[in-house]
Amino acid sequence: MSKHVVASVAEIPPGGRKIVTVRGRSIGVFNLGGEFFALINRCPHQGAVLCEGEVVSRLISDGPGDYKLGEAGEMIRCPWHCWEFDIRTGQSWCDPESMQARMYNVSVEHGEELAKGPLVAETVAVSVEQDYVVVEM
Amino acid sequence: MTHAPQGAIDCDIHPALPSVKLLLPHLDEYWREHILRRGLERDSFETLTSPTLAPLNARPDWTPAADQVETLRAHVLDRAKPEFAICNVIHGAQMMMSEDLSAALCRAINNWLAKEWLDRDPRLRASIVVPIHSPDLAAEEIDRMAEDKRFVQVLLLSMAELPLGRRQNWPIYRAAERHGLPIGIHAGSSFRHPLSAVGWGSTYLEDYISYSQGMAGALDSLVVEGVFHRFPNLKAVLIESGVAWHPAAMWRLDKTWRGVRAETPWLTRMPSSIVRDHVRMTAQPFDAPPDQKSLDRLLDQLGGDDILLYASDYPHWHHDDHDALPDGLPADLVRKICFDNPLATYPRLAVPATA
Repeated sequence: MSKHVVASVAEIPPGGRKIVTVRGRSIGVFNLGGEFFALINRCPHQGAVLCEGEVVSRLISDGPGDYKLGEAGEMIRCPWHCWEFDIRTGQSWCDPESMQARMYNVSVEHGEELAKGPLVAETVAVSVEQDYVVVEM
Repeated sequence: MTHAPQGAIDCDIHPALPSVKLLLPHLDEYWREHILRRGLERDSFETLTSPTLAPLNARPDWTPAADQVETLRAHVLDRAKPEFAICNVIHGAQMMMSEDLSAALCRAINNWLAKEWLDRDPRLRASIVVPIHSPDLAAEEIDRMAEDKRFVQVLLLSMAELPLGRRQNWPIYRAAERHGLPIGIHAGSSFRHPLSAVGWGSTYLEDYISYSQGMAGALDSLVVEGVFHRFPNLKAVLIESGVAWHPAAMWRLDKTWRGVRAETPWLTRMPSSIVRDHVRMTAQPFDAPPDQKSLDRLLDQLGGDDILLYASDYPHWHHDDHDALPDGLPADLVRKICFDNPLATYPRLAVPATA
C-alpha cells in the first residue's frame, strides 16, 4: 500500500469531485463538507463509470405521499441504471447486503510533509504552501 | 391432476345469481321498489364470464336452476368434504355505474349469502361483496358485515376503473385491516375498459389469459402506491389468475425499482419482499409447467411454501371434480396449501361461526 497525491485541496471544493487515476485505476475523489472520500470509478453492478454519475441527495419518506430531502450530495447515482451508492461508505442503496463500491483511504496532508516523502505524486506538482488530497492504494 | 386431501379448505367457490329476483327479499324497501319500478328484477346483472351466461365456464352437470346449495353438497361438500369453502360472488352489482344502486345490491347479495348459503351449511364461509367504485360505501358495508364472523374476506376485482393501489381506494383497505379481513382480489373487471392493455380482444381465450396481466398490474399498483406501508397488517389474496406469471413479474418489479425508486421514496425495501409478506395466491387455475423439473423450479421461484392456497373454483370447468391440484407437488406442500396456509391467511376460519 502506498500513498498517492491526487489533487490539491483547493481543486476539490465542498460538493466537488475529481476523477483521478492511481496505479492505472480510475478513482472518484469527493469532498463532502470538507471531508474527502474516494470510490472506485466502476459500478459493482455492471462496470459503468460510477463516479461520473450525478451526485444526489438522500431521499426520506415516512410513507406514501411524504417526500423529504435528506443530506444533500451524499449519494452518487450510476449513469447507467441509476442505482445509488453512499459516497461515504460505497454501500448500494437498493441492495446494501450484497453490493458495495470499493472505497480507498483518503487523507489531507500539507505540502511540507509531502516534500519529505516517501509519497508518489504522479501527476500533481506539490508546493510546500498548499494542502493536498492523498489516496492510499 | 391430483386429488386434494379430504377436508382441504376450498378458498374459491362461486355461487351464481341468475336473477335479480333472488335478491328482492334481501333488499331494503326503498331499493326493492326502485328495482321493481324500473323492471330490473327481470335482469341478472351477472358478468359475461359468469357460469350462468358462459356455460363453457361451468361443468356440464351444474345448473343455476337447481338448488345450488344441494348441488354444491353433491359435487363438492359431501365428496371432497372441505372443512370450509369460501363463497366468492362475482356480479354486476360490484361494478355498476350507479354507486348507490351498486351499494344496495351488494348489501342484498351479502344478506342473501348469509341466509341462503351460510345459514344452510356450516362449512360455508363467504367474502363480503362491496361496490368497488365507491370506497366510502364499500367501507360502510365492510363495517356492517364484519360482525358476522362467517365473512372472512373483502372481495375486489383486479381490473376496476382505477388501479387498486390509488389513494381513493384506501377507505376499503382501512376498513378491511381494522376488521382483520384480507382483501381477496379476484380475476375480474369493470368490463368498460379492455381486459388487455393492447385493446379489446376477439375471443374468450384472450380475455381469460389477460387476467394474469391485469392481476400483475393490480399487484404492482398496491405495492408501489404504498398500500402495505400504510396498512401494515393488510393481507391480499390473488384469486383465479394463474401463478406462473408471478416470479417473472416480481423480478421485473425489483429490477426496475432499483433504478427508479426515487419516485416512491416510501418503498425502502425490495418490492418482492413486501409482496412476500402480504400476498397469497389461490392455486387454481394452476398454469403448471409441462414437466416435473420445471414445476419444482417454479415452486422454488414462488419464494415459499406458504404462498399458495387450495381452491377448486367450482363450478368452473378447470375444476375437474376435486382433482384441483397439479401432479407432482410434495406431500408436505399439499398439506400446507390445503390446510395451514388458508388457516394462516383467514384468521376468521379459526373463529367459531355464529351469524
